[in-house]
Amino acid sequence: MSEEKNINKFENPDYAKREVTGPDGEVFIVDPIKDYFSDERPQVYLPNSIPVVEKFLNWARAESLWVLGFGTGCGSIEIPPLMTPRFDAFRFGVQSRPTPRQSNVFIISGYLAVKTLKRVIRSYEQMPNPKYVLALGSCTINGGMYFDSYNTINRLDQYMPVDVYVAGCMPRPEALLAGFNKLKELIKDGKGEKANEYAENFDWYKANQKKIIKDWNMPDYNW
Amino acid sequence: MKDLITKLSKAFELKDVVYQRSDMTFATANKENLISLITHMRDNEGFSHFVMLTCTDWIEDNVFQLTYILNNPTDKHDLAVRCMIDREEATMTSAHHLWKHIATYQRELKEMYGIEFPGSPRLNENFILEGWDDIPPMRRDFDTKQFSADTFFPRERPETNDPTEYMKKQLHPKDWTEQKAK
Repeated sequence: MSEEKNINKFENPDYAKREVTGPDGEVFIVDPIKDYFSDERPQVYLPNSIPVVEKFLNWARAESLWVLGFGTGCGSIEIPPLMTPRFDAFRFGVQSRPTPRQSNVFIISGYLAVKTLKRVIRSYEQMPNPKYVLALGSCTINGGMYFDSYNTINRLDQYMPVDVYVAGCMPRPEALLAGFNKLKELIKDGKGEKANEYAENFDWYKANQKKIIKDWNMPDYNW
Repeated sequence: MKDLITKLSKAFELKDVVYQRSDMTFATANKENLISLITHMRDNEGFSHFVMLTCTDWIEDNVFQLTYILNNPTDKHDLAVRCMIDREEATMTSAHHLWKHIATYQRELKEMYGIEFPGSPRLNENFILEGWDDIPPMRRDFDTKQFSADTFFPRERPETNDPTEYMKKQLHPKDWTEQKAK
């Protein structure tokens, strides 16, 4: 039997608290988990007190949907044709960004492994408000063909709030465009406030997430 | 290939030789002979490419079947060497010194089947599953459906309709209600 210790990310020496000496001899303490992440809880966004202004803001939000380029499952193959001239999502004001800090729509494209879910949660929490989630495929609704898999989650809405589901296995780019239009309608009606739901039920979502992500080695809320 | 197998079968005690295709041969070797066999094939018989290492769980026979597939790029021939190891004490000699990438296969088998390969590099690191604390999921005694139901908040399935009944109800609602009333 191997005597090697099970290497766990919890014990990653990069994350250990340590003393660092600066170039001018000053000694300061570095605690990466605290210093690199903020552990503040998510805030509930309050709508503008003037309804007309809020309506205008909602219209503006609906017209600038910036998608995070994060393909989680097989559905990510539908995103490139969506952006190319044939379907041209750009005419709906949809475009993709490489980083969560610059985007406000998260497309969960298909099945989610537990390992991916961890990255998805981190990315989702790093996205600035207001943010929306578009879930593709039957896998995010009830597990789809992976309903009995040991490593694929069954229902996405237990782990993060979902604005629009696009059913299908896989939905074609047309369905995705319909999903975007539905999302726009929701935002214009002022119903695209799922990020608030996440902030309000934060503890419930965290408990669900921690139930399946066994090696939780990040702060509860990181952004 | 038949000549080669006949030549080797005495020295390495090969059993159950199957000439699956003109370019693929299967054979079963002992746990003790396997490493020396694939070393010999690599060094002397031109099987210089290691295709893959995989495992099959024969739970009825209480064995794991490890399959080492080697390829001879000159003759364009595959040789798959099977090796039966005990399921309870699943330990196999590591072959990472022959081809470096075997270590990755062994890491995967360790995680998915719980087979030990003593001395294999990074064997106990997480490979695909992170923080797994159940029995290895690819073992056949692991009930994946039950695990999924316990862990992942399954959604209740919608009621399904019998197509005959459904169409009767749609097309002849009057008859259908009468039939139901009886």
